[in-house]
Amino acid sequence: MNNLGRTAAQLLEEKSVALVLGFEEGSKGPRPFFCRKAEDAGRLILDERCNHNLATYLTKKELIGTDRVALTAHLPALRTILQLSAENQLSEDRLIVLTTNEKGEAVRFDRFEEISQYLADRPLELDPSDQKLIADLRKMTREERWNFWMAEMNKCVKCYACRAACPLCYCTRCVVEVNCPQWVQSWSAPLTNMEWQINRVMHMAGRCVGCGACKRACPVGIPIHLLTQSMMEDLNNEFGVVPGTPNEAGNVLSTYKVEDKENFIK
Amino acid sequence: MMENLHISKRGLEKWLTQMIEADMHVFGPVHTSEKVDFQRLTSSEEVATDYVQTTQSVKRFAFPKAEVLFSYQKNGKETTLEEPDLKQIPETVLWKVRPCDVAGFAPLSGIFNWDYTDKFYNARREKLILISFSCTTCDEACFCTSVHGGPGNTAGSDIQITELPDGSVLVEVLTEKGSSIVKRFVTESEPAGEWVKENYLADVPVRFNREELHQKLATAFDSSVWKEQSERCLGCGVCAFVCPTCACFDIQEDAKGSSGRRIRCWDSCGFSLFTLHTSGHNPRTTQSARWRQRILHKFSYMPDRLNQTGCTGCGRCSRACPVDMNILEHLTSIANHG
Repeated sequence: MNNLGRTAAQLLEEKSVALVLGFEEGSKGPRPFFCRKAEDAGRLILDERCNHNLATYLTKKELIGTDRVALTAHLPALRTILQLSAENQLSEDRLIVLTTNEKGEAVRFDRFEEISQYLADRPLELDPSDQKLIADLRKMTREERWNFWMAEMNKCVKCYACRAACPLCYCTRCVVEVNCPQWVQSWSAPLTNMEWQINRVMHMAGRCVGCGACKRACPVGIPIHLLTQSMMEDLNNEFGVVPGTPNEAGNVLSTYKVEDKENFIK
Repeated sequence: MMENLHISKRGLEKWLTQMIEADMHVFGPVHTSEKVDFQRLTSSEEVATDYVQTTQSVKRFAFPKAEVLFSYQKNGKETTLEEPDLKQIPETVLWKVRPCDVAGFAPLSGIFNWDYTDKFYNARREKLILISFSCTTCDEACFCTSVHGGPGNTAGSDIQITELPDGSVLVEVLTEKGSSIVKRFVTESEPAGEWVKENYLADVPVRFNREELHQKLATAFDSSVWKEQSERCLGCGVCAFVCPTCACFDIQEDAKGSSGRRIRCWDSCGFSLFTLHTSGHNPRTTQSARWRQRILHKFSYMPDRLNQTGCTGCGRCSRACPVDMNILEHLTSIANHG
């Protein structure tokens, strides 16, 4: 059994946690695994192929319950946990986070502050090929960019896999589910699909940790992660929000100050 | 079977080219960035070759993701209704459909003609000409042979084409529709002669017995298996939307002042909103209850009501699921359970 498996087995045996959220070998690579028994801990793996962001499950109360759980996490999930914690969605006393460092050693975090320290010298590095795509999109004229995204939105089937896979889309009632009256048109058509994505991206402003779960979940291959990642750049320039790190002054969309300028309203 | 032909690689390309040049609506599998999906063909060279299955099924050609049922205009006490002219739907050739996709139209037709004859679905379905290609390759997600299908299943196809190792093809002309296409567009062909189609088909092993599974499901409603299987399910709609037989829909109003449109659009029993009552009560509160519904609907309720299985073993849902909810794995575990 690997280091991580041993640590997880011990936690389950001691009853320190009721559940270890991890990965197991699946039918097409690693997949999320809800490990509840110490004897199953040998199935746990955590390698570079484990790219699903398991923090998605932490806000699903019906799955997690009220017991303490452990979660195996790579850097994107660690960043997510800090963001969720900044939004008061996680209780430090009910979560143990396990990762493996660059040397392959199991690392255990009991406090969010420890995760913060661990991430301090591991800043967010976005995929250079994605950065190039964003730069290419920025070079386009507004009309070209609109046409590019409308062609992509035409492929969208509105399955909401982008929302389901995103660990920071945790609203118990999403804006698209507000149907008395219907706020966002629920059928799939290029413009209503774009409307959904604009909603998603605005709500992600300064919160997205750049894990790419939305892109990987999209069944029709729309590069929707470019929208939120492009927003990171804007927010860094406009508000000094450091990508992948909770903003100390609060989330940009939900923070208001009396002295905020309103000169952009024309 | 009406007629078997043997056509050279060049002859096949010519056939497709002639249909495209005759301005017919011909759709086929095309590489779109990292995926393969059906698109209107503009040349025979666009047709994808190195793939097992398209990401999405062809159900949208009879059951679009969103379609207008009628539009209206209110003028005082008068209301004018306008219905779409279904006669305008063009004849559409689906080129290189897999047998498991063709098989999806039987359960879809069962649903859309169950207690009500749906003129929208039927009008579109009647205009489809299905030219299937038998499967010479398969992957781990395929299980057509477990649900009474197969890599060379011709049921529902108008024509079935089997690719032979030398690039030439064996053509089975199966219906009048198929025969008229061949008469109109095939200029180079010879009688099929000695070719044995079965020698060239993919080997898709039978993984479970459909009838045994049906019996097990009859008493499985309260089984713990649903919760165990569905814990990682995220509750998105990918599986339902790529499925060739899933037919759940919602009816929505696109109203603007005194005019509007009524729209039918895809929905999924995997969404939490799907069964939410106006009272606020939701009979399927958990994802495990929704997953159970998905499996029972396909393998228990549909066989009972429509004498159809709501699954063709195409494996799309397993391939597309972001968290590897593998339907074959789940079905075999139920079939072998207790």
